[in-house]
This record gives sequence, C-alpha cells and structure tokens, in this order.
Amino acid sequence: MGRFILKRLSLLIPTLLGVVTLVFFMIALSPGDPARVMLGERANKQQLEALRADLGLDEPLGVQYGLYLKRVVKFDFGKSIKSGRPVMEEIKNLFPATIELAFFAMIFATVLGIIIGVLSATRKNTWIDYSSMVGALFGVSMPVFWLALVLIMIFSVSFDLLPTGGRMNVRYYFEAITNFYVVDAIILLFREGDPKYLGSALKHLVLPAVALATIPLAIIARVTRSSMLEVLKQDYIKTARSAGIKERRVVYRYALKNALLPVITIIGLQFGLLLSGAILTETIFAWPGIGKWLYHAIEARDYPAVQGGVVIISTTFVLINLVVDILYTIVNPKIRLQ
Amino acid sequence: MTEKMNNDEILLSIKDLEVNFYTYRGIVQAVRSVSFDIKKGETLALVGESGCGKSVTAHSINQLIPMPPGKIDNGEIFFEGKDLLKLSEKEIRAYRGDRISMIFQEPMTSLNPVFQIGEQIADVFRTHHGLKKDESWERAVKLLELVKIPSPEKQARSYPHQLSGGMRQRAMIAMALASPNPGLMIADEPTTALDVTIQAQILRLLAELKTEIEMSVLLITHDMGVVAETADRVVVMYAGRKVEEADVNDLFENPRHPYTLGLLNSLPSNEKYRGEKRLEAIKGQVPDLLTIKGWCPFENRCEYATDICRQSFPERTELSPGHSIWCHLEGKYE
Repeated sequence: MGRFILKRLSLLIPTLLGVVTLVFFMIALSPGDPARVMLGERANKQQLEALRADLGLDEPLGVQYGLYLKRVVKFDFGKSIKSGRPVMEEIKNLFPATIELAFFAMIFATVLGIIIGVLSATRKNTWIDYSSMVGALFGVSMPVFWLALVLIMIFSVSFDLLPTGGRMNVRYYFEAITNFYVVDAIILLFREGDPKYLGSALKHLVLPAVALATIPLAIIARVTRSSMLEVLKQDYIKTARSAGIKERRVVYRYALKNALLPVITIIGLQFGLLLSGAILTETIFAWPGIGKWLYHAIEARDYPAVQGGVVIISTTFVLINLVVDILYTIVNPKIRLQ
Repeated sequence: MTEKMNNDEILLSIKDLEVNFYTYRGIVQAVRSVSFDIKKGETLALVGESGCGKSVTAHSINQLIPMPPGKIDNGEIFFEGKDLLKLSEKEIRAYRGDRISMIFQEPMTSLNPVFQIGEQIADVFRTHHGLKKDESWERAVKLLELVKIPSPEKQARSYPHQLSGGMRQRAMIAMALASPNPGLMIADEPTTALDVTIQAQILRLLAELKTEIEMSVLLITHDMGVVAETADRVVVMYAGRKVEEADVNDLFENPRHPYTLGLLNSLPSNEKYRGEKRLEAIKGQVPDLLTIKGWCPFENRCEYATDICRQSFPERTELSPGHSIWCHLEGKYE
C-alpha cells in the first residue's frame, strides 16, 4: 500500500510538468499581445517594447519557458496584468471559495446520488426507479443557470429562507483566516463561542451547492444504478443470500462495495470539473470563486493570471485523481498487488 | 423407498414439488411433481442434463429461486418436520447458511472479490449466532483448517483472487460449514469448474467432512463419475420430472429407465478410448419446457417408445425396494 502511494506520487512529477508545459505553450501560441492589451490602442512602439522587455516577452520562447519553469516551481506566477497584484495572492483568496463550494456540492451529490442509485437498482422497474431515473435525466439536462434562478426565486424571494448570494452576511464583521469560510467560522465558534458565522456560512452555501450538484448528482445516480444492477447479478451475491445474510446487508455491504468502483472514478472526475470553476453558478450567486476570475482573466489576456489559474486548477485535478486512485486500492484489493 | 424407513431419520423430504417460471414467452414448467427424501448423513445425487430442473429443485429448498419470474406453485418441503415453504422470508433466512447451506459451481465468482475470505466466513457466524468479531474470526480460521487450507491464519486474510480455484472451492465449503450444527449442504455442481485432480481432492474432502460432521449432502451434478464416487442414492431427472431413483450401486449395475441407460452409455470408458466401442449420445434434443405435452417427455428420444408412451405421464413403478422408475415400459424392454 505504502509503496503503491509512493509510486503514484513519483508519477505526479512528469504529469505536472506536462500540465505546466502545455499551459505555457498554449498561451504563448494564442493570438493577441498582452502589452498591447495593457497599454491600449494608442501606445507607441517604444512604450510597447519597453513593457515587453519588462514582462520578459522579448526573450526567445525557450528562454521564456525556462524562466517560467523556474518561477512556477516556487508557485510564483508574477503579477496580474489587470490588478497588478501577485497572481498567487489572488488565487489564495479565490480558490478556497471554489473548493468549499465544490466540496459541499460533491458531498450532497455523492450521498444522494448513491442512495438514489441503490434504491432504483434494488427496486428496478418500480415507480421509485422510474421517477428517480427521469429525475436524473432532468438533472443532467437542466441548464444550471436556469435552475439557480428558480432556486433563488423560490427559496430567497418567495420564502425568504436563504440568501440570494455571497458567502457571508455582509453585516457581520468577519475576517477570513483560511478563506474556507466554513472552517473559519468553526474556528471563530471555538474562539468566540458565537455560532452565527457558521450558520451564515452554511446558509449561503445551500443554494449554490444544490445548483452545482444537480449534474454530478444525476450522473452518480445513474452510474450507481447500472453498476449496482450488474453486481446484484453476480454469483457472490447469491452466495451471500444462500448464507442467510440479511438482504439489507447483502445490498449495502456485499454489493455496494463492489458497485462503488466505477462510481468513485466518476466522483473524482466530477469533483475536478467543479473545481475548474463553475462560472455560471459563481456569477449568479455572486460567489467570489476562481471560475469567474479566470474567465475575466482570459477575456483581458491577463497571461500571468491565466497561467497561474490553469496550473493551480490542473494541479488540483491531478491531486484529486491521485486521491481517487488511492481510494480505489482501498476498495478494490485486486489493484493493491499490481 | 421412503415409506418403510424410520421417519425421524429423514432430514429433508420434498413432496410433489412444482415450480414454474412465468416468462414473456409463456409458463416454463421447470419442475413437475418431484418428491424425494434425504436421510441424515446421506448423500443424494440429483442428476440430469442442463435445464432438467435439478438446480431449480435444489434452490427451492432454501427458496433462492428468483421470484418473480419463478414461483413454487405446489408441494411441501419438510426439513426436520417443518414445512419450509410455509415459513416467512425472515424464518427461512435463519435456515440459510446455518442449517441449510450451499456451495456453487464457480469458485471463481462465488466469493466476494472485495472482502477477505476469513471475513466472509466470519460474517455468517455473526449473522446467525451473534458472535463477536474476534470470536467469529477464530471460528473462520478453524474452518479453513478443517477444509485443509494450508496456513489458515494467513489465508483467512487473503482475498479470493489470491487463491487458486481449488483453494477457493475449499473456502466456499468452509463458508457453507459456518454453523455449529450444519444439517444439509446443497452442492450445486461443486467440481464442474475444477480440473480433474482438484476435483478428486474436493470430492475426497466432502466425503471426509461428511463423516466428521454429521451432515447430509444434496449433490447436483451431470457428471456420472462424480455420482459414482460420492453418492449413496441417486435421483435422475429429465425435463423437470423424476425418471429414476435408486441406490448408487443399483443404478450403475442395473439402470432401468431408457434415459438413465443413455446417460451411462454416453460415459467414456476404456473400451471406448481404445476404439472398441463408440461413445454414444442420446439422439434428439431436450424438449422445450414451455411446450411440454401431456405424456412422457422422453418419448421423442426414446428408442423403445411405443403408443402407450404418448398417452399419459408414466406413474411410478417400484422395481425393487428403493429402486423406482417413472416409465410406461416398467423396465420391460430389451
């Protein structure tokens, strides 16, 4: 087990190098001149060249790449062209918001998705099965922005139960520590004994997390159902039944552990996708996440910001896949030996 | 057969079992008026081709037939005097794995791939006897020792894919024995998927276990060689019906039903290997169980068939004590 993790970790280095390289060349080869963007239409040639020299853009591509690698190793992506602040600092402020939202959305999607999947598999061709699978179809087909707006209309506008956007009640004096607001609120709960921050942070999470969770939820439910149906046909399930194991235990222990294998892969992939930013959800719920920020950075040809954002997101994606692989070996003993 | 025997010796008694499968194509008459008894400590072999209803009969005992589409439409199955068919799902579950256990054909796929084998055996103890975790684990290790798995302590921690086919089948048997008081073991083609040397080992193991633990075995097989080696008594089935029942020696020395005769003639032998005799096959095909007609189902393949065979289902003919056939010709043909 330990050796397996070590081996996977060492594979991480070439993967990440590939990611970093790809990001560099994709941006280097894309049209548009950052100096021109920054200085505007009227800048003269000397001004442009001076800025290019300043940004290191006058060097040959190979040299630029070398310098870039040197900085990336230190997580230094330079300053954002648009805001003038270090890119890493902006990411540190924004990425936790996205991670937090994606995390809660995935928890919701995973728990509910697996339960729905198992229920429809064990009650195949009943109304429970049909309605949850039709529901799953709606889940994947529904435009997220539309669902988000409907949720706001119902829960914020009509019933006034949940806030329409943001991460924390703006009237609270709240200074972020880690920028994971739920974590920060828990720290404050212990430090000051006031649960209002935690309540507010969680309340703000509900609607965006639900909106963001619908697609992964639907996919997880469908994959769980088909995987479960496959497993329930296996001989070892007959063995467990013939040994007098209770049906509940047969389903939730003997079958589910086998059926989870493909589901874990899907969960990892979906989680990675959510992390790369949910631009629509973040926009509608005024969620200060990395998706919206990256979108604007691309629009403004803010190359350092784009580079930094994409590298950090891809690195997270690769790390999540590593976690998925490790989880896989825990669930599936066959892999451990190879 | 059963009438003259002392009743309390009988462990399992199946009476007039009738099982149907209700499919889109129609009603499949899987088992028709099958009755037999298994005495304590006895091995009864249920023999026949694929689809003759032998597995369905066996699975009816602990009610593991997929229902629907399957349905037990008639009959009684007495186990120690209690009709299992009248029990609730919860009550029958208490029998499964404790007093009535099963082993299956495919040791490769019959053990759960993501649990240690010791854990799978221990769970049966926990289910039926509420044993604690370490106590049930100890019992599991002891059982692995009983079925002669080398270094059982270590092997209990291995996963099915780490064991060979023979070892897996031993683990399956250990799991089937996970009870302080095993009554009946239903062995559904236990050696079919194994190669011949391993087959012999598993059969020997079963025979040894039977004498060690007082246990009855219902052996389902199509392999006459396995029958000769292990069974005390044999029930031959064809197209969902019993055609012959006899002690194992009687059956091999004096098979009286044309179908049994055909089965035995289709066994390879030394003369056949030397080319002095041809390996014979029973001509024709098993009838479709959807369209069974109202007479002897073997009639279309039987070389002795006459008009009487096409009139009704044959009644039982007792040739000698313990040896019966269901054939209109009553064994009188040459």
